[in-house]
Amino acid sequence: MEDLAAEVLQGSVRAMARLITLVENEDPRAFEFLGSIYPHTGRAHVLGITGSPGTGKSTLTDKITSVLRQQEKTVGVVAVDPSSPFTGGALLGDRIRMQRASGDPDVFIRSMATRGNLGGLARTTADVIKIMDGFGKDWVIVETVGVGQDEVEIAKTADTTIVVLAPGLGDSIQSMKAGVMEIADLYVINKADRSGADALVTEVRIRVEQDAQIKEAAWRAPVLKTVAVEDQGTEPLLEAIENHRSFLEQSGRLKKVRREKTRQETLSLLKEEISRNVLEKILGKGRFDDLIDDIVAHRKDPYTSVKEIVGTIFPEEE
Amino acid sequence: MAGKKRIKVIMAKPGLDGHDRGAKLLARVFAEAGMEVVYTGLRQTPEMIVEAALQEDADVVGLSSLSGVHNYFFPRVVELLKEKGLDEVLVVGGGIIPDEDIPGLKDSGVAAIFGPGTRTEDIVEFIKEKVSRN
Repeated sequence: MEDLAAEVLQGSVRAMARLITLVENEDPRAFEFLGSIYPHTGRAHVLGITGSPGTGKSTLTDKITSVLRQQEKTVGVVAVDPSSPFTGGALLGDRIRMQRASGDPDVFIRSMATRGNLGGLARTTADVIKIMDGFGKDWVIVETVGVGQDEVEIAKTADTTIVVLAPGLGDSIQSMKAGVMEIADLYVINKADRSGADALVTEVRIRVEQDAQIKEAAWRAPVLKTVAVEDQGTEPLLEAIENHRSFLEQSGRLKKVRREKTRQETLSLLKEEISRNVLEKILGKGRFDDLIDDIVAHRKDPYTSVKEIVGTIFPEEE
Repeated sequence: MAGKKRIKVIMAKPGLDGHDRGAKLLARVFAEAGMEVVYTGLRQTPEMIVEAALQEDADVVGLSSLSGVHNYFFPRVVELLKEKGLDEVLVVGGGIIPDEDIPGLKDSGVAAIFGPGTRTEDIVEFIKEKVSRN
């Protein structure tokens, strides 16, 4: 196979698209390429956009991209939609709302299916971001699947996370809950021309004030109104995003956050590699099926058995 | 690891026609068959369709036309795909296509034309067979 990493670094869009496919497929050849791209990453600002289905994340992504393009910034977009848990297939519809961006060759849009991952992103989304970053995109915008309340992986992946809300989806208790409402660096109340928008703005501002009273934080999330289909509020939104970016840089928080991100990513790579190696050894020889027979027959119990297996692979600590 | 590979399809409506029930139904049929389908929506230029195929690393481009523009748009998509080095992408078409136009479209590189009444299972099977050969 050609050296896809070298081609990506030289600016080949085709190589980037093919490498992303390898990564999505968790093809072992991808790791070597990712390794060569890694030194060239860390330059893009990663913007996460999350929120319930139908709040306007894709349209907002299109508008933000278009303002960034006016500033002559290059943009990569990762748009995640759910895979069917039944068939594994997926209908990826985010591109429909990104008509303006998708006609621009300096905007690279990639739709990704979650392939069974639950946190709102695909398992390999972080690596796809790295490829776009290494390619030289100034900004990478990541749009999550439509989330409910608990899908917060984006906050660990993006530098700046926007939570998009729309009027008409619940009372003030919703805005007090844990989960998605906790991860916003910025709140956007989209479809702000609809009734209930101002009430929602007030509710969310109250939540932000409560947050400030409960715990001290250097950043207080602003609450902005947009009507994305009409392109209203996009420029103030971009200013707010830029403010957050400067805050991250000047406060030293960006370094801290990225270090933590690197730690998590490396740890999970390590866990995967260890479990892959270990599981191959255990499952490879058919002994695991014998063990399951024993457990089903109640001759052994699963708790002790697991400890014993781990004990044989990692004998006594030194 | 090849087991993780999924067939990726771009479903597109080139030109100005607004009838997308067929395209949407097929997008769902392909997803139900385990494929990952990017639906690009209405009023796509051949350039937009090919750019999407490039960025998404598509295996298949499905084109639907009910307005009589197929003789221009379908071959143009094939031509642009070739220009971008995407020769391996399977191009299939459907919609209202007169029988006498089909040979010409096939000569231009469209692999198959599926008209009204085609069993959706046949389309799925055709795609699965062609793509696995690549």
